[in-house]
Amino acid sequence: MKKRVLALLLTATMILGLTACGGKDTPAADGGADSAQTTTESGTDNEDAASTETSDGEKILSVQVGPDPETIDPALNSAVDGGNMLLHSFECLLAVDEDGQLIPGQAESWETSEDGLTWTFHLRDGLKWSDSSDLTAKDFEYSWKRVCDPMVAAPYAETVLGMVAGFDEAITGDLDALQVVAQDDKTLVVTLKNPCSYFGSLAAFATLSPVQQATVEANGDAWATAAETYISNGPFYISEWVPGSHILMSKNPNYWNADAIKLDGIKWHLIEDDNASLSAYQTGEVLMIKSVPAEEIPSLRENSDFYVDPIIGTYYLSLNTARAPFDDARVRKALSLAIDRDYVANTLMQGTYSPAYNFMGPGWVDTDGSQFIDNANGGQTYISEDYEANLEEAKQLLADAGYPDGAGFPSIVYSTNDQAYHKVVAEYLQEAWAQLGIDCKVDIVEWASFTPMRRNGDYDSSRNGWVGDYSDPSNMLDLLYSTNGNNDGKFNNAEYDAAMELSRTTLDAAERSQALHTAEDILMEETACVPVAYYNDFWLQSDKITGSWHSPYGYWYFMYADIAE
Amino acid sequence: MLKYVAKRILLAIVTIWAVGTLTFFLMNMVPGGPFLSEKAISPQATAALEAKYGLDKPLLQRYFTYITDALKGDFGDSLKQRGRTVMSIIKMKFPVSARVGGISVLVALCLGIPLGCIAALKRGKFLDSLISVVSTCGIAVPSFVVCTLLMYTLGVNLKLLPTMGLTSWKHYIMPVIALSFYPTAYIMRLMRSSMLDVLGQDYMRTAKAKGVAGFWILFKHAMRNAILPVVTYVGPMLAYTVTGSFVVEKIFVIPGLGGEFIGAIGGRDYTLIMGTTIFLATLIIIMNVVVDIVYKLVDPRINLK
Repeated sequence: MKKRVLALLLTATMILGLTACGGKDTPAADGGADSAQTTTESGTDNEDAASTETSDGEKILSVQVGPDPETIDPALNSAVDGGNMLLHSFECLLAVDEDGQLIPGQAESWETSEDGLTWTFHLRDGLKWSDSSDLTAKDFEYSWKRVCDPMVAAPYAETVLGMVAGFDEAITGDLDALQVVAQDDKTLVVTLKNPCSYFGSLAAFATLSPVQQATVEANGDAWATAAETYISNGPFYISEWVPGSHILMSKNPNYWNADAIKLDGIKWHLIEDDNASLSAYQTGEVLMIKSVPAEEIPSLRENSDFYVDPIIGTYYLSLNTARAPFDDARVRKALSLAIDRDYVANTLMQGTYSPAYNFMGPGWVDTDGSQFIDNANGGQTYISEDYEANLEEAKQLLADAGYPDGAGFPSIVYSTNDQAYHKVVAEYLQEAWAQLGIDCKVDIVEWASFTPMRRNGDYDSSRNGWVGDYSDPSNMLDLLYSTNGNNDGKFNNAEYDAAMELSRTTLDAAERSQALHTAEDILMEETACVPVAYYNDFWLQSDKITGSWHSPYGYWYFMYADIAE
Repeated sequence: MLKYVAKRILLAIVTIWAVGTLTFFLMNMVPGGPFLSEKAISPQATAALEAKYGLDKPLLQRYFTYITDALKGDFGDSLKQRGRTVMSIIKMKFPVSARVGGISVLVALCLGIPLGCIAALKRGKFLDSLISVVSTCGIAVPSFVVCTLLMYTLGVNLKLLPTMGLTSWKHYIMPVIALSFYPTAYIMRLMRSSMLDVLGQDYMRTAKAKGVAGFWILFKHAMRNAILPVVTYVGPMLAYTVTGSFVVEKIFVIPGLGGEFIGAIGGRDYTLIMGTTIFLATLIIIMNVVVDIVYKLVDPRINLK
């Protein structure tokens, strides 16, 4: 009898367990509709949640754009989530507006000399740090030189200042050699060693934010780890930072444009787990989240609070051109054409990526300010959207290369780390290349080992990707330059290098544009790498947030946002 | 007893040194490094970084530098979290984990021991079966499932409890349930089986025969003997729980130490790997010594030498 009770109980719990597991899928489907309701409901909840924070009538926006940033020292940061913090707490000489155009930041005007080598920036009157002390051109001079300091070892030093005269000496320790001079308190003069038409974008790049010399020297690297010493000059300053929990930014009354700032503060919740961040959004504890669990996307996609917006970057494959058979451009092209990009982006990646038929996707800006992609290949995509025709062409190319139906083609390995969609893409590639008669093995490599392996050229084919730092196309086209540190495929083409060289030296905008497009023509014709999909940012955002925008750099601009009642 | 403690401390130092040395060489054998990212940083910048943190020196020299610094109490700077020292990270995050973990261990003890005793006393009755089922579930269900279920029901659907952070007592409820779930179940089972063992002993029968009241038999005679296996388990368990759980802290957004163990390895933050490993090893060893001493207090027959 007792045994029977026990057995009954066990079955009962098992059934309960099963229904709990099964139930997870079914409610998830209407979970979408549910969550739409919860977001509208969350209106009221938010006032509750917000009221705890705003007991003294303060308007504080709670958002989530990533976990704890590794660093928020402008000189040291190289990540997008750190960049979002810098964007709101600092302001560079120039800034980027909602339409991606350069606008005055700390500098109210700037001009370039005829030869393109001298850039002069005029600072606004009465600029101040968040601690109310004065900010002058000297501060910029100090900060920019600091970026070159080998003891600081800034990862982006060469990217943002490599074209400035005296950089080579500065990077080895002679900081004063860098030709960045504060002529007076309000004028900063920069001399370049070669013209750089996009230097304005760099002057708006977070690495070149001003930092306060006295604070940095008094605290060393630790200045950027605590709210008390984190002196900034942007629309907000950090008033509280609990690592692993949140960063609270408060409105900076000393900011020149403080009148335009409507929020009293922004609370950045440093949530790492996707499901945790979704829960926080659904309960109304935060109004916007960047980390959305992939398995929830199908149910969230149709909601009006789910956003997908392109960022400048491409998910691509590197083929090791130093190894046979990848040294044959026909083989590379065949492998590329065998991929159904629409299926990968819209089905496998659930529409969170867009199919990439070019290398340079939307968001890259041509020299005349138009979209680079619109002018590429005469307005046509390089790879046809007709997959069936592509596949036929791929088979033909492989036959031309001496491997009809894949006969005699060596077995190849595709290496990737296991994150997000990487594994499903790898499995798809196996399938896609099998149609050409090619046998591909997948090798999953742990992240920290993956990067050096790829960089050393110790692979056949591998996943790769790039998200742009600034919207000039050279930022991504440089990846395939023969000696570039990120040229993982070891692509080496004299014509390509020549086109990139020309784009760096010419002062003529049309010629420069032509050179950059020529480079992409060569890249796609030679299949220097295999573009698969363009990156997008996708996120959930309550419609209570007004006046915010998302930029193709992967940044959210909340500084001019407001919370609708 | 003092002599015993001194001996154990000496042994502990040797153990910690061995753990540190093994970790040091193992982590350096694994490919990868702390200054790698998807975007290659320039060779100059990499060289400057390596020079700054002494990674350009030969491995053996780095090892000896590390050991001498560590003996002076300097565990170095984190290589990834620029501007923070390893000590400052542990000092900042350990108290958070320790608070949540400590409460969870208390809950596990307060629930596990009595329930285990009850199950043993009511052996074969309905209550025993019920407790068995619950404890089996507790052991079999992994913590991330518990976390997700709690979050989904109490947090998102019923909106009874806040889902993230640790700002009020309400915030502690879900993480504490999740963290104490497994140890409670385990203690219950341990307690039940050792209690059953003790209840069958001759001296229990003698006590009963002499007419000692039911409660007193249990409390004074049975409990003391039955609790020893629990003490053995609780020592190391305490060390693990107070240093934080990766899963629970991640899900409930608790700024504790748990995530640092995993994060440090993934990011090849060598100094932080060393720091957290040595810290955990030290705690476990201390807990083991404490367990031995508690043994002696509980059971005078045990001789520490």
